[in-house]
Amino acid sequence: MPSLVLAHTRYQLLEQLRVPIGLLAGSLFPAISMLAFVVPFAGRDPRAATAATGSMMLFGAMSSALIGLALSVAQDREQPWNTYVRTLPAGPFPRFAGRILSTLAVMLVSVVPVLLVAALLTEATITPGRLALGLAALVAGCVPFMLIGLFLGFLLTFKAALAVSQIVFFPVAILGGLLLPPQTLPGFVEAVSPYVPSRGAAELIWAATSGVTPGPVPLVMLAVWTAGAAAAAAWAYRRDEGRRFT
Amino acid sequence: MTVLARAVEASRRYGDVLALDRVSLDIRAGELVGLLGPNGAGKSTLINLFAGLRRPTSGTVELLGGSPADPVTRRAIGVTPQETGLPESLRVGEIVAFAAAHYPRPADRDELLARFGLDGLVRRQVGGLSGGQRRRLAVALAFAGDPRLVFLDEPTTGLDVEARRALWDGVRAFHEAGGTVLLTSHYLEEIEALAERVVVVGEGRVLADDTVRAIRETVGVRRVSLVADDLPELPGVSGVERSDGRIHLVTPDSDRLVTALVLSGVPFSGLEIRPATLEEAFLAITARRTEPSDETRGAGPSDETKERSHA
Repeated sequence: MPSLVLAHTRYQLLEQLRVPIGLLAGSLFPAISMLAFVVPFAGRDPRAATAATGSMMLFGAMSSALIGLALSVAQDREQPWNTYVRTLPAGPFPRFAGRILSTLAVMLVSVVPVLLVAALLTEATITPGRLALGLAALVAGCVPFMLIGLFLGFLLTFKAALAVSQIVFFPVAILGGLLLPPQTLPGFVEAVSPYVPSRGAAELIWAATSGVTPGPVPLVMLAVWTAGAAAAAAWAYRRDEGRRFT
Repeated sequence: MTVLARAVEASRRYGDVLALDRVSLDIRAGELVGLLGPNGAGKSTLINLFAGLRRPTSGTVELLGGSPADPVTRRAIGVTPQETGLPESLRVGEIVAFAAAHYPRPADRDELLARFGLDGLVRRQVGGLSGGQRRRLAVALAFAGDPRLVFLDEPTTGLDVEARRALWDGVRAFHEAGGTVLLTSHYLEEIEALAERVVVVGEGRVLADDTVRAIRETVGVRRVSLVADDLPELPGVSGVERSDGRIHLVTPDSDRLVTALVLSGVPFSGLEIRPATLEEAFLAITARRTEPSDETRGAGPSDETKERSHA
């Protein structure tokens, strides 16, 4: 069984690496934002620079998780190849695990440019232990976005998934305080912010990297979003299976 | 002989469309069976049921006594993907390795590629293959797991003669080594070249299940086309159609028909005789079968009982 998971992960990774546009989109935008906003405005303040680096990593990882999965799942569903893969002797697990593992790999690769900019051009500081903790928080915080990506991918056509995942992504990232620190957000945004999943994920990363105490509401909401997105993704998956394979 | 795949009274409905109507069929080990029928006859639906992609609405479908929905059962089969859907960015070797990873005893990669004339292309990306190479790769994938039973759905549509023959050789080699094949095709020629047994399906039902020779005689109808004002009663006409001012007659015996036409003294012009297309032949078979079809259906279960008592 593990060899099958490996085969599917390898297959998914090869597809993504050979057409690296998704990988570039996931890593370039946050790296450019780092250069344009974080380096000139917060680069000299170690605390702010570290927090902003965490936000930008989450921004990139979120886009790989949400947009990346929504598009790859929606696209696979439209390919006749998908039907062939269903005839191979494997249950749904290896394919699912392959998707998740390859998305995680792409997510982690996409944060590298941000980390490099932070390390070379800002005063952001971190210990190796906190960095590892921060990456773990990043993965945990991205779970609901992977699930939302799966939900959209199983529900929508490729073109619709392309539009909807972007429309969902940007407001959620902004409301979560990833592009501007929460303290500087306008009042009404700050009122909504604790209830979007990106805020909870960001709080988790800030806590892991700099030891600040996360707010309870964003963390509870993150858990609620994760459970809700899991239910929605499972529903969309079953609906799609029922339509095409019963 | 061991039955590798069996459908018993299998029906499949898509909404209001009845794609398969109580089909019973046994594929035994070592057979090379051709599944012949016009588009929409139910060929692909039947293969989808055997491959575990769809479940029958009623009746049962089995692979080696198990359910096609069970991945372990599917280790014994190989299926061809549509060549248009092969992942463009992957290399030939990577795709073969991916398919092979699903099977406990996969075929040797290089031997497999050589069998389908793809040697030397291991590192080529699918996007850079010609149409014929893609098609051969798609067919080769069905053999990647060294299966006992292979389903080939329209394997050579759109291939040139040479590529088609190369592919046929690959299929024959598999069969000669003891492999079992279920092959669908539009082309009577392809079925004739490969299959020993032919199952003709139309409108979701099995219309005939016999040796290639017997089916060819049934299907070997001709189309006699001419211009005439009015025709007398002619012998052996199984279908009449009028279009563009011409009369088209479908008949199993064009010689007798033309002789009778000439002897009748009726004036006519522009006489043309050509083999009927498969489509026309099927219409002829279907028309002939409409009346005794209840009888044929009645015979189905009794055949099955006979086979069961053998087993």
